[in-house]
Amino acid sequence: MNLSRMAAVPLRQFYLYRGSVARLVPMFAWVTIDMVLWGFMTRFLGGVAQTQYRFVPALLGAVLFWDFMTRVMQGVTTAFFEDVWTRNFLNVFGTPLTMPEYIGGLLVSSMATSAVGLLVMLLVAGLGFGLSFAAYGAMVIPFLLVLFLFGMALGIGAIAIVLRLGPAAEWFVWPIPALLSPFAAVYYPVATLPPSIRWISRLLPPSYVFEGMRAVVSGQGVNTALLGAAFALAILYIVLSYWIFARVFRRAVKSGLLARYSAESVS
Amino acid sequence: MHATLQRDPVLRVAGLRKHYGAVEAVKGIGFEVCPRQIVGLLGLNGAGKTTTISMILGVLEPTAGSITIAGVDLARHRSRALAQTNFAAVYAPLPGNLTVWQNLRVFGLLYGVKDFKTRAETVLDEFDLKKFRNTKCGVLSSGEQTRVGLAKALLNRPRVLLLDEPTASIDPASAKDIRQTIRAAVRQGETGVLWTSHNMYEVEEVCDRVLFLSQGEIILEGDPKTLPAQYGRQTLE
Repeated sequence: MNLSRMAAVPLRQFYLYRGSVARLVPMFAWVTIDMVLWGFMTRFLGGVAQTQYRFVPALLGAVLFWDFMTRVMQGVTTAFFEDVWTRNFLNVFGTPLTMPEYIGGLLVSSMATSAVGLLVMLLVAGLGFGLSFAAYGAMVIPFLLVLFLFGMALGIGAIAIVLRLGPAAEWFVWPIPALLSPFAAVYYPVATLPPSIRWISRLLPPSYVFEGMRAVVSGQGVNTALLGAAFALAILYIVLSYWIFARVFRRAVKSGLLARYSAESVS
Repeated sequence: MHATLQRDPVLRVAGLRKHYGAVEAVKGIGFEVCPRQIVGLLGLNGAGKTTTISMILGVLEPTAGSITIAGVDLARHRSRALAQTNFAAVYAPLPGNLTVWQNLRVFGLLYGVKDFKTRAETVLDEFDLKKFRNTKCGVLSSGEQTRVGLAKALLNRPRVLLLDEPTASIDPASAKDIRQTIRAAVRQGETGVLWTSHNMYEVEEVCDRVLFLSQGEIILEGDPKTLPAQYGRQTLE
């Protein structure tokens, strides 16, 4: 692994973000809108529910955590899309850059952009609605870690889809978090789902995070074994998604799709 | 010792084939490019020139055959082999949303260019690009973008330089300047060049040897200055 080659990807992203309002604003805007919308929603629910349930850390916190995972995924995919949008595959993949270095570069880019998003959300949710990570204690670290890892896995899996199906498949990527959210127990416990589909939640690492988060907020202990399983599952998904991407890439090199990517298919 | 190294080819292609299903785009071609040598790869559209270049560039896997770059087998040591190459093609412009300097910086990292600033200043100077240093590549004329691509291609002092119709979008006077710049860079260093072009006058001026490719096969090769006479013709056309 050559770190200097890997650094080329985040450096390129830095140049692009530094010179582009169109890239900078979405990094702040959507997460701010989400925090404001769900902040008022939790305030309203707190008012009408007349219970001691802590809506801010349970619901607004969940939205923040979910948005963080989404930003991690989009950090990976957006950095990859820059090469798609500028038809840069020949220039990039004709260099000594290896696949682990390229993926590593995408992940470093994603870390930077998702960290900025997380900071903005914390500021808005903290200053506007009193949300604090202190509500989750030390468990906030494994929660964020599992979501970060799963976000990376989703990002790598998503770019494999786009590499396989062509630039237009970008539109399959954006809704992925929304498609997963009903099963990820973001807004409600897994027990709310019909028993026949709960197995889907069990396959999703975020569901363990959100169940754990609600347990912490309710003053109960977190099942660390389940959280450990979520961590292992997230790692497994990263390995799996990387394997899929590597296979798709190899196939693209073999079929000629990489050299003629704008054609979307070589058949 | 030095003389021996000079004679060793920097690019060795042997038995190279590429099938797309039933279509055989490249049919077992073989050739070598030596240091300081410019080899022209000529042929009609669809002859297999770009397919060959793509395979040497590692973005297209051959069906059979081998490619050795500066003694390194591309199939086995892709990264090491590609570190010794670079390329420029009219169909692969650098990202238009980055400035000339930013593009060179990014590719400088990708190719592991040592003492980047000095080297970047040199190539900017060679291709008369200093005034465009902070200009986004996307707003440059096609000729200027071609020069940026060539500056990138020489940035790492490659042992093998692949040029796919490098002067296709350039006016005749600029094309002549560019040919001289590339030729000078090749003569000074240890670079061997594989150069595709449809411009036979250009080929005659710049290439030491030419390979004529037709339907995926090399049908003719030789010195572009003597080859036409051998076949009773005035020019390569």
